[in-house]
Amino acid sequence: MAILIYTQNYDGKFKKSVFELVTYGVAVAKELGTKVTAVTTGKPDTEILKELGKYGAEKVISITNEELNDFSAQAYAYATEQVAKKINADLIIFGNNPYGRAIAPRLSVKLNAGLAAGVTALPSSVSPFTVKKRVFSGKAFADVVIKSETKIITLNQNSYKVEENPVDITIEEFSAEIPEGAYAVKPVEIVKSSGKMSVTDAEILVSGGRGLKGPENWGMIEEMAEILGAGTSCSRPVSDLDWRPHEEHVGQTGKVVAPNLYIAIGISGAIQHLAGVNGSKVMVVINTDPEAPFFEAADYGIIGDAFEVVPKLNEAFKKFKAEN
Amino acid sequence: MKALICIGHVPDTTSKIKFTDNDTKFDTTDIKYIIGPYEELALTRLLDLRDAGTDMHITTVTVGTQETEPTIRKALAMGADDAVRVNAEASDNLFIAKQIAEVFKNGDYDIIITGKESIDYNGGQLEGMIAEFLNLPSVSGASKFDIEGDKILLEQEIEGGTLKLEASFPFVVSAGKGFCPEPEPRIPNMRGIMTARKKPLQVVEPVAKEAVTEIIKYHLPEPKPACKMIDPDNVEELVRLLHEEAKVI
Ligand SMILES: Cc1cc2nc3c(=O)[nH]c(=O)nc-3n(C[C@H](O)[C@H](O)[C@H](O)COP(=O)(O)OP(=O)(O)OC[C@H]3O[C@@H](n4cnc5c(N)ncnc54)[C@H](O)[C@@H]3O)c2cc1C
Repeated sequence: MAILIYTQNYDGKFKKSVFELVTYGVAVAKELGTKVTAVTTGKPDTEILKELGKYGAEKVISITNEELNDFSAQAYAYATEQVAKKINADLIIFGNNPYGRAIAPRLSVKLNAGLAAGVTALPSSVSPFTVKKRVFSGKAFADVVIKSETKIITLNQNSYKVEENPVDITIEEFSAEIPEGAYAVKPVEIVKSSGKMSVTDAEILVSGGRGLKGPENWGMIEEMAEILGAGTSCSRPVSDLDWRPHEEHVGQTGKVVAPNLYIAIGISGAIQHLAGVNGSKVMVVINTDPEAPFFEAADYGIIGDAFEVVPKLNEAFKKFKAEN
Repeated sequence: MKALICIGHVPDTTSKIKFTDNDTKFDTTDIKYIIGPYEELALTRLLDLRDAGTDMHITTVTVGTQETEPTIRKALAMGADDAVRVNAEASDNLFIAKQIAEVFKNGDYDIIITGKESIDYNGGQLEGMIAEFLNLPSVSGASKFDIEGDKILLEQEIEGGTLKLEASFPFVVSAGKGFCPEPEPRIPNMRGIMTARKKPLQVVEPVAKEAVTEIIKYHLPEPKPACKMIDPDNVEELVRLLHEEAKVI
């Protein structure tokens, strides 16, 4: 019995979401009476790899193949399969992010392993192995039983609290065999984005809707984000109208986010919008219309004009930050 | 070029979700079904490319019971040429992917296109599974899709930017936002609907593949306590509540 956790690093560093995966994996390992091994590519520094031990991973397998510096779902699936077989993994955990979504399905075919995608909590039972996942775009949850011997899950970001649990970690290098032809998709160019916090990583999101009337009014939204160390997001019409960049669009057809705090300003709360944000821990809505559906979903609400409320709220947040 | 596009039959995005049989089955009473939004986006893109001169035959494929046929006919009315329905209940993802891989093998298709995720079971696994069954390259959640001769030009949103990619046929791709740059909804007209009735819809039986996952119970989210209203002239109260009660700042 062994648990394998796929830990993606970005430019040689791990993000908080990886520590979330490790913490989660360690909790499952306790239930199963087994241990956690992490796997990563791109040869991060030893000091960086050791960080995984701080959260309870007893071993990390560092795949050394140079060719994996370029991403290919096929190549990564080959490499992960070899590591999974080497440690006899019976549970493999990925983050529900672009890497997990690209590799996990392929691995599921290779290992004939049942895959539950978008898991939001610890298994409710380990035998039969039962996990809770998000269905109907967050309007419901389902208990899924994975019946195959090897099991794969992808965990939704921000669904498990990161906790330190320091152990000694062994680092092992591994060279995978990657067949020719695994690089049929050729990367041509990377166009870097603004470098701002990505909406899926932000712990607080300040989000604006069509109620803000035009792109020139986003100054106060950005100011609030700046004060709170938050990211900014928006509703679909706002990105469709090019008031804001597309990567800020959240909802059913945009990004699905689950920050600790979501502040919706001038957003009506259409069901397709809520489908992308209903995993947030706490939601605040500021809207002129007391009938706006967002008030049904939110935890805290202010009925009022954003152009009056937001500047006042920014002052209050500033004062709070200065004192705390 | 021959394209095979997966068309999902999913509840309309505004549907109220309910369950029956002791919360073990999705309650389909009063549910209106639509083509999955990402699949509709992908189909629209293919039709746009064809209208712009790319030579293309578009076949839709759906794993589902007879109930899915109105949704399939809608895709035909939008402009797809013909359809295949694999006559089985769509449940386990490996099962579904295996069926679609079989359909691909039995035709001389060049590309398979799926939506980034279905809005009902939110799996987002199909394109990777299909590609792996066929040992083909794939890209998930493409945010741009173009065909130039025998090349496929794609973009994908990645951490910190956009990755431009190039691939060749045969190929598997799932469509994310942006796949169709300016999606004009293709609302079928009367003529489209009439011709769609005559377009071939082939029904095939599934190949064997054991299901390895099973949903045993559904839950609705816990009802939220009522929204706490704060006086717009006392925004300090909101700051206090977020700090002391919600503990999020
Ligand atoms: C298949 C499908 C998928 C979709 N996917 C998405 C998605 O992913 N994301 C998404 O967001 N939408 C999506 N939509 C669109 C969705 O249905 C709504 O149309 C959209 O969310 C509305 O955006 P909004 O709230 O910004 O604008 P509106 O609905 O126009 O609401 C503006 C709000 O601002 C308020 N307001 C006006 N002036 C002020 C002021 N001065 N101060 C404060 N408040 C003010 C108004 O009372 C109103 O509630 C989808 C729709 C469909 C059919």
